[in-house]
Amino acid sequence: MSNVAAAFRPSSLGRINALAGNTLLELIRQKVFYFMLLFVIVAIAAAFGASILPFADVFQVLKDASLGAMSIFSWLLVTLATAMILPKDIEDRTLYTILAKPVSRLEYLIGKLIGIFMLLLVALLLMSVFFVIALYAREQIAIANALKEYGTSADGVAAIADIKKAAFQWNLGPAILVIFTRSAVCASLTLMISCFSTSWIFTVMVSVVVFIIGHIQPVARDAWLSQSELGGNAAVAAFMRPFFAIVSIIFPDFQIYNIVDEIAVGNVVPMWMFGQAFAFGGGYVLVYALIAYLFFAFREL
Amino acid sequence: MKRILLALGILVAFGFVRLPLEVALTREQKALHYHGAKVDIRMRQQIGQMAFVAALSGFRAVVANVLELEAHSTWQRTEWGRLKLLYDTICTLQPRNMQSWDMAGWHMAYNASVAAAEDKNQPRAALRLKAQREYFHIGEDFYLRGIENNPDHALLFERLATVYRDKLKDPEKASFYYDEAAKRPDSMQYVHRFAVYELAKVPGREKEAYARLKALYEKSEGERLPTLLRLLHEMEDKLGVPQDQRIDTPPSQKQ
Repeated sequence: MSNVAAAFRPSSLGRINALAGNTLLELIRQKVFYFMLLFVIVAIAAAFGASILPFADVFQVLKDASLGAMSIFSWLLVTLATAMILPKDIEDRTLYTILAKPVSRLEYLIGKLIGIFMLLLVALLLMSVFFVIALYAREQIAIANALKEYGTSADGVAAIADIKKAAFQWNLGPAILVIFTRSAVCASLTLMISCFSTSWIFTVMVSVVVFIIGHIQPVARDAWLSQSELGGNAAVAAFMRPFFAIVSIIFPDFQIYNIVDEIAVGNVVPMWMFGQAFAFGGGYVLVYALIAYLFFAFREL
Repeated sequence: MKRILLALGILVAFGFVRLPLEVALTREQKALHYHGAKVDIRMRQQIGQMAFVAALSGFRAVVANVLELEAHSTWQRTEWGRLKLLYDTICTLQPRNMQSWDMAGWHMAYNASVAAAEDKNQPRAALRLKAQREYFHIGEDFYLRGIENNPDHALLFERLATVYRDKLKDPEKASFYYDEAAKRPDSMQYVHRFAVYELAKVPGREKEAYARLKALYEKSEGERLPTLLRLLHEMEDKLGVPQDQRIDTPPSQKQ
């Protein structure tokens, strides 16, 4: 079979499942979940340390710190895990063993990506469990205090209702899904970079830089699309506008996932906005996975 | 080379497909007052290089939380100037966190202002009062900027109105901001009353105040609180309302 024909061999869900499962198992064996201890410390510190801040809304501090920690840990986890996955398989020579079997490169890539997504899902689920436990414990303490202060009077009942409303909000679930989506985009982006990069350090560096640029991409887009002269200087505008256009078109917009911040401070985010964030995430993952395959399918191994 | 061009082509095509969608989404987010921090050189000088990169990377909530802890110890040490700078940064990082704006305004208008008025290192009373007034205005500025970023909530309107009422002694502005707070769905039930009470203190607007006080009086029995009744009596006297139109005239004496 020619290289091109092998590259486009029909896929099998079974093979992809096996690859994804093995990827997850391999990553778990690397003890990546030890960072959970750090998350637990952050959640406990936020849940009980917030009490030292007078007048602070403890639930808001807890949600802010926990969702922030979830964002950081999940991003770090997927970026590092994805950047190392191809170089490690090449170094261990497992990549050659896998591809020598009737497994196409597309199956290999999809299997690896799904394995990373599974790792991300497990990590976020575990962090969510710790987060909910911390939130529940804080809620129970606040309810006990309210009962001590007001008893079971009408004021007490109202205070407890307020505490319950402040502690658990329905949009915490979608917020965690937004964190998942953003990290999934980062994973596919990192995989795309690692398919043409020659070292995992380069992959991590480029991925981090793209991630940072992705957060200021809307600024570049606004500057590109606005009709005003940049800094009041026509020459600067003429020079900078094409640069801003390239940034806007090539780089992803990570600001759309910052709706998590709105939830952390207690604002209600409409459901359709979550839907759009997920849809954008799906688009990015598909496009980056497609480009990753484009490089990987013809890469000399 | 072909693959690189093809990859670039896909990225560019996807970029053009998502561009109008992203612009629309950003517009919708702005309409809902969702917007990120304005990360600029001033913030870079205030928060240090690492925190600046973290803020750029979308982790500004985490940076703001750490700064909030620092602000707490700064408050305990009563370093008011540093506290103001810290809250400037915290509020810039999380412009949608009303609690930060509220805390900043409260520290400045209530705590720092009192500390300035009682400053033992300043023997001249005039200078102490001047410093106190400056802190009132810094607090006012925090609330105004907070309102600019959170015009959809009542809290900061109400807090600012209270600063005008209790600190800056400006009942006209207090009334205006209580009114604005009352227009928001999450306002407290008493706010609309406060707006009228403050209006009653504004020279030259007695007739308007009287009409609104009367409207409140007639709205329901529940609104007829001691302050409302007292202010109505004062207005009736001030405006020379005929006896038969006054609120406590028995129905039999009314024409």
